Amino acid sequence: MTEPLLRAHEVVQEFGVRGRGGVRDGVVRAVSGVSLDILPGETLSVVGETGSGKSTLARSLMHAPPPKSGEVVFQGTSLTGLRGTALRDARRSMQMIFQDAYTSLDPLWPVARIVAEPLVAAGLRDRAGRRRRVGELLDQVGLDISAHGQRRARELSGGQCQRVAIARALAASPALIIADEAVSSLDVLVQAQVLNLLEGLRTSLGLSYLFIAHDLALVRQVSDRVAVMYLGRLCETGPADEVYARPSHPYTVELLDAVPRLEQAALGKRQAGDPAGDLPGAHGAAASPVRPPSGCRFRTRCARAQARCEAETPALAAVPGGSPGHLVACHFPVARTDPKSHEISRNEEQSAS
Amino acid sequence: MTGADAGGAATTDAGPVLEVRDLSVRFRPRGRDLVHAVSGLSYTVPAGRTVAIIGESGSGKTASSRAIMGLLPRSAQVSGSVRLSGTELTGLSPRALRRHRGSDVAMIFQDPARSLNPTMKVGPQVAEAVRAHKKVSRAAARERVIELFKLVRLSAPEQRYDEYPHQFSGGMRQRVMIAMALSCSPRLLIADEATTALDVTTQARIMRLLTELQERLGMAILMISHDLGLAASYADEVVVMYAGRTVERASVSELFGNVRMPYTNALLGAVPRLDRAAHTPLPVVQGRPPDLSAEVPGCPFAPRCPRAGDKCAQRRPDFAEHKPGHWYACWYPLPDGAAAGHIGPADTRQAAAGGPR
Repeated sequence: MTEPLLRAHEVVQEFGVRGRGGVRDGVVRAVSGVSLDILPGETLSVVGETGSGKSTLARSLMHAPPPKSGEVVFQGTSLTGLRGTALRDARRSMQMIFQDAYTSLDPLWPVARIVAEPLVAAGLRDRAGRRRRVGELLDQVGLDISAHGQRRARELSGGQCQRVAIARALAASPALIIADEAVSSLDVLVQAQVLNLLEGLRTSLGLSYLFIAHDLALVRQVSDRVAVMYLGRLCETGPADEVYARPSHPYTVELLDAVPRLEQAALGKRQAGDPAGDLPGAHGAAASPVRPPSGCRFRTRCARAQARCEAETPALAAVPGGSPGHLVACHFPVARTDPKSHEISRNEEQSAS
Repeated sequence: MTGADAGGAATTDAGPVLEVRDLSVRFRPRGRDLVHAVSGLSYTVPAGRTVAIIGESGSGKTASSRAIMGLLPRSAQVSGSVRLSGTELTGLSPRALRRHRGSDVAMIFQDPARSLNPTMKVGPQVAEAVRAHKKVSRAAARERVIELFKLVRLSAPEQRYDEYPHQFSGGMRQRVMIAMALSCSPRLLIADEATTALDVTTQARIMRLLTELQERLGMAILMISHDLGLAASYADEVVVMYAGRTVERASVSELFGNVRMPYTNALLGAVPRLDRAAHTPLPVVQGRPPDLSAEVPGCPFAPRCPRAGDKCAQRRPDFAEHKPGHWYACWYPLPDGAAAGHIGPADTRQAAAGGPR
């Protein structure tokens, strides 16, 4: 098997919360022991809702800030204990793009200078060479240095801002790009353009991606593998085709069911009494990462939860009868044979319990 | 208009709750050209039904909904007719308009965090809305708010009454906004990207809540969104806007089954889907929406349209009802029953014309 580009082992990230009078009041357990690999040329998507720790995980992988415990090995170098220049050198090939591209660009700098900055940092002193490289980079993202090079961020559309941010990330010649909700706030037609651009760059430059998203549908088209995260832990991970067709964790099922589908148009408007749309946990209180539930963290929202889920933390293990690499952390995983039968089978199970 | 005139001032159950006719909104930014944000928009929202206005940023969907509520800045020039249960709203004084806002029509917005006062407890904020429209005692208002909190399924409503917005999650804040919007039992609820900032799971819950409330209270919903997938699941009718104009309008099943206008089709093709194979390119239209300060003679989508011919840039196609219940504005519509999401110069006309320009 090929050596992974990035390997994270049992990454833990926690932050103290201060209560009244600045006294330490508790600990936000943002990421609690996450292990994952990203292979060269592969796209891994980490999906979860707000507060699941997916962005914190991405930052921990970049050691910005370093995780509380656990190890991240990137391109064969362990980032643990590295500081200053050594850390910067080790993670130069790991770049990040963000949801709000506009605020991630310096409002006063022209586009050409924004894209040139990583080149300067990398020690490219030759002005003409730098300008040529900026031109190439802008060209790669579908912008033109003569038309856009001297513009400021406010003179660009949302999609163009994201293209500039991508060009800046590419300037460091990365092997891995971490895209944190990078297309979530774009209009659907622009979103498609940027997703296609990222796909094109993946093949032409041999990039790997880590996509962070809250919507499983958004990353369907780009993902080789997906990892579903809930309250700081991975619930399910596996080849994208498997996880989308045969989700095993009840939370993955919930995320898939929540995606609005065009096919619904043919079935008619969703009715309030429509049992297939009845989401478990709709009335349950939101679990907090400060006081995560014991055992399985999803149990407070889970329709399948039993006493064992409270007592015992489920470990990521191979899905019974699943394909290789498909892992789930659940005592009572959802068994599915036909991808279309899941809503019915789940309701049967619910009424049976 | 004729129906309302015939029935006098009284509203009939059969008449639409909202009737927008030829609505236009123009802005004149300081020192710049007039911007035609909305041009000639017409649609109706019947009682108990949901109409979705779909468009990208800058398509005029929000400007049109704010025009209905009278929430645009004074510099905006609004023309056309907006009738709420038969009452003309355009041209009303701010004072008269305020009577309708809240009691007949209410609005919820994308960002519930910014719609709530962070320094004020949640319950009293909603009670304020109740007391603004009805002369009731504080105690009665409190009771009504707790009733509303129960209606929108907030857990522990009595306890939630005395909490601050920061103690609420995004979904719970939006529930509070819905409670506030429902406080005077409006006939029309305008939801402007009300679930866009929420997680997909929370979005599904809020949409289901709105559907349930609609069934119970019989109110009409005007849903403003960029998400066709959302409209497919929760709307009865869809109005697609592009560059300030309506380009297609039909019932959900008709629109998604027989899309005719290439722009709508492009939107459908770009919707993130769960059944799309990995690493397949998404169908894409190049370019950007036109500058709204310049009046274009032809179809606004023509420069980006894979099906456009010479005629499209010169003459604007009429927005007409080509089939009962299906309106669109296009010279070269897709064939009836075209596969959703397919774009491209697929017909013989373009092959003969030598491909798209």
